[in-house]
Amino acid sequence: MINLTLPLDKGTVKSLKAGDSVMLNGTILTARDCAHKRIVELIKSGKPLPFSLKDAVIYYAGPCPAKPDTASGSCGPTTSARMDSFAPTLLNLGLGAIIGKGEMSNEVREAIKKNCSVYFAAIGGAGAFYGNAIKKSECIAFADLLSEAVYKLEVENFPAVVAFDCHGGSIY
Amino acid sequence: MRKINTSVLENTIYKMAMRAGVTLTPSCRAALDSALKKESGKACAFALETLIENSNIALEKQMPVCQDTGMAIVILEIGQEVYLEGKPLAQAVNDAVRRAYADGYFRKSVCDPITRKNTGDNTPAVIHTEIVAGDKIKITFLPKGFGSENMSKLYMLKPAQGVDGIIDSIVETVKSAGSRPCPPVYVGVGIGGSFDTCAFLAKKAIARDIGTHNERADIAEIEKTALERINALNIGCQGFHGDTTALGVSCEWAPTHIAGLPVAVNIQCHCVRCEKEII
Repeated sequence: MINLTLPLDKGTVKSLKAGDSVMLNGTILTARDCAHKRIVELIKSGKPLPFSLKDAVIYYAGPCPAKPDTASGSCGPTTSARMDSFAPTLLNLGLGAIIGKGEMSNEVREAIKKNCSVYFAAIGGAGAFYGNAIKKSECIAFADLLSEAVYKLEVENFPAVVAFDCHGGSIY
Repeated sequence: MRKINTSVLENTIYKMAMRAGVTLTPSCRAALDSALKKESGKACAFALETLIENSNIALEKQMPVCQDTGMAIVILEIGQEVYLEGKPLAQAVNDAVRRAYADGYFRKSVCDPITRKNTGDNTPAVIHTEIVAGDKIKITFLPKGFGSENMSKLYMLKPAQGVDGIIDSIVETVKSAGSRPCPPVYVGVGIGGSFDTCAFLAKKAIARDIGTHNERADIAEIEKTALERINALNIGCQGFHGDTTALGVSCEWAPTHIAGLPVAVNIQCHCVRCEKEII
């Protein structure tokens, strides 16, 4: 198990190989279908984004509401393949890493390689487990999208597996 | 005739929904435990261990097992001697779902198909009603996540394709889904009927306990052969390549037209949540 602190520097990214088990700590941003549509529309129309993509880590997830006195509700990964058409645009703008579940397209794999990024697969279905790894959660954009809004999360001991590495390797 | 007020139905469905969101079915949990025991792939074993720990955390903290608390599928088998009084049936079911998804801190995942605007309360539920003999109501509550629902398929085979065609369709669906639907999956299959009934048969097959077999020996044989072929695909838990790609295959059937052989393959992820009650 490799312990990683986010954001990742490029040296660390280069040391990761598809199949490595990692434990993530630090800041990640949730974004899924509707948020991606808005992000890409803003990029295409040349408007500023409500947060920076540079070195950011995007987690394809839509959490359950948090119970009182807890940081987050259940929050496992959603199917990454639905973000295939959006991911290269974000990677080309400096996105540091993606967290999701399941295989992504060859175009995404190429964009990961080209931009020295990395795609981590979290364990799909482990919503309660990952909800507990979230220590802070704050909605930072698109609040009207409810669970599909962008949440800034602080995570501790968040397990994942390197799915696509920056050398073109894939676990799938 | 037996009078049942729909408020009784509403309160029962509310409790079922609250339980379902945080609980794997016993047959699903047992299937995950047994998959871990025989798993030879390292990454798959790690993923299975995480899933088992996840189901323990969910129960202990009463948190949703999976954040995708699904569309609420409600199957009502209503005895024809039952007289329903009180608020309209659909309203009672939707009120139960609305309350449970709020009180359980479950995710609201239902939206307009065109504008994508969330309805905000996880309604409407998908309600199926069947009129059966007797004076009772059998309720099945199945929250269905869409990572797996998205990977489902319906085939209109030619009769000549027969049993081999049915099994090929099941295996092909799981193979093309690959790592995306959260394997190990549970595969519900509808065989026969018409375009619409076939899909519903597949959904009903998912409501069966994992490991049970169809009463018809030839259909049970399809279940067994399909499961063997799926687990030989080596997709494994989460697509990490391992021994268990599916926890089970369940088939339900109905007579069909002389010109056709519909086969519906409804994929359920490893997070099977299904509550049953009779009132």
